[in-house]
Amino acid sequence: MKHLELPSYLEQSEDVKDRFDRMKKRPVALQVKNLQKEFDSPQGQVTALNDINFETYKREFVCVIGPSGCGKSTLIRILAGLETPTSGEVLLDGKAVHGPGPDRGMVFQGYTLFPWLSVKKNVMFGLEMSGHGKAVSEEQALQWIDLVGLSKFANAYPHQLSGGMKQRVAIARALANQPRILLMDEPFGALDAQTRAKMQSYLHEIWKNIDVTILFITHDLDEAVYLADRVLVLKAHPGEVQELIEVPVPQPRSPEQLLSPEFLATKKRLEDLIHPPEVDTGLNGDHLNMVRMVDVNDEVESVF
Amino acid sequence: MMISSLFAVRKKLDSKHRIYVSILSFIVPLVIWSLISYVPFLWHPKVEISAPGDVAYFNEGMLIDREIFDKEVEIARSESRIIPEGRPANPVYLPAPHEVATALYTAFTTEPKRRNEKWLHESLWDSIQVIFWGFFISSLIGVPLGILAGTYDVFSKLFEPFIEFFRYLPAPAFGALAVAILGIHEAPKIAIIFIGTFFQQVLIVSNTTRKLDPSLLEAAMTLGAKRLSLLFRVVIPGIITHLYKDLRILLGWAWTYLIVAELIGTSSGITWFITQQARYKNFENVYAAIIIIGIIGLSTDIVLAMLGKKLFPWKKGMAKA
Repeated sequence: MKHLELPSYLEQSEDVKDRFDRMKKRPVALQVKNLQKEFDSPQGQVTALNDINFETYKREFVCVIGPSGCGKSTLIRILAGLETPTSGEVLLDGKAVHGPGPDRGMVFQGYTLFPWLSVKKNVMFGLEMSGHGKAVSEEQALQWIDLVGLSKFANAYPHQLSGGMKQRVAIARALANQPRILLMDEPFGALDAQTRAKMQSYLHEIWKNIDVTILFITHDLDEAVYLADRVLVLKAHPGEVQELIEVPVPQPRSPEQLLSPEFLATKKRLEDLIHPPEVDTGLNGDHLNMVRMVDVNDEVESVF
Repeated sequence: MMISSLFAVRKKLDSKHRIYVSILSFIVPLVIWSLISYVPFLWHPKVEISAPGDVAYFNEGMLIDREIFDKEVEIARSESRIIPEGRPANPVYLPAPHEVATALYTAFTTEPKRRNEKWLHESLWDSIQVIFWGFFISSLIGVPLGILAGTYDVFSKLFEPFIEFFRYLPAPAFGALAVAILGIHEAPKIAIIFIGTFFQQVLIVSNTTRKLDPSLLEAAMTLGAKRLSLLFRVVIPGIITHLYKDLRILLGWAWTYLIVAELIGTSSGITWFITQQARYKNFENVYAAIIIIGIIGLSTDIVLAMLGKKLFPWKKGMAKA
């Protein structure tokens, strides 16, 4: 079979290059400096994250991708303040962050909507926490719910919604606080392929219109390339930054670009970084011990 | 419906069959009881004398062991005297269903034997009050402590080791102590219910609190919730439905301590009624009283379950609690 001739993922068209140049002139939103995270485990100390450094610009969309065990969830939890780093610093708009706070919104894979609150009250939660009155909170909440297209469900309870709708509520709830950065931890991981594609478009639509920087964790290469301005690739054991890739696919994105040469080139690069061609040493024998278990006289001799 | 579908593993029956089978769960014991009571050759170890004949110590209506009766019949026959007559009967402590059914009504209308004694409904009311206060005071302290222990590790370590120890001490063992401290009337009885409920309650509530999905707390923190609002806006509403269910189960336990509690100090309430009626050998009244306890317990639970549906509308149609 002939392989497609793909351009280098480093090649950028004039427009794309120009856009990245302009982006890099924006102020820095999030800055991660020498971040280190170690865990105590029964096998001794494990380094989950080793000397992570990167920055994101205001209103940038960054995807974080990496093989399992690269510490991408740990990273986002540290950014959210749900875990403390062993050493290093996280700066948001130049100020160090400690502990969770409403300036960093978080969307979890498991929705984490409050089941005892209606959609409206869920979105009002953060607003009330930051001291807004009931009336103001309600008014703003309804606007956010409208933004994610769920006005009809404002009074429904979370269990009455589908997975995609729940995640839209979770996004509205996080955005209602008007966070500086929106952290998303594999938010669409539990959704079926169709809903996921739809949610990706919604998210891009929202991102375009709102003043927010997005850091999005995923293990889906297509999703990363489709959504991101830049993709932060981590490697595992220990979790380290492997590359910060500028996605050469022009913005605004649309599903047709999924097969464009730039898209495929970027995806190929990610594939190579995350699943490097394995050197078979015979020791890491993670393969099936297959013997032929089909009768010699079976009607189907071979499936090929 | 195929028989096999009745026995499908972990599959729900359709609603019609569920009702039938639920009714059956009451019918089966009732049928067994009726068979033993109304079918003369089943059990019936006694003979109720209908005509004493020439046996000097037989009286009409007397209950006699079957062997003794048979022996007397044998003797009377051999000495050609008048043969006593009787029919098979069950012991006095096993009244027939219809007798108990009647007693369910007559127990309320039977006047107490002595002037200072109480009617059944008064006894029942006393019991309900003892249960209520015991359970109420226990919950008033136990639920907050349980929630604290489930939320903050420091309270968990502060309360739970001692409570773990204390809950193994049988509540009735404190009877004498309770009387010495609180006198002989209602107070020591309430104390026994309290002791029987409280310690389990703290542990169960703290356990329930710990089962709250921690990611809900994390989500709330990223939305800006801090200490107290986490407790009052997330922890408590997050566990309230489970808490309510725990309390329903614990209320059932409180009833089991009632009988012991009421024997302490001056016997009172439904227990007093039961022991008194047993003493008079009015066993149908004893059964009636026991059944009434069951009915009160079950109907409270059903009412509370229905109330729960009103109180927690988000539970409606939720797949599993």
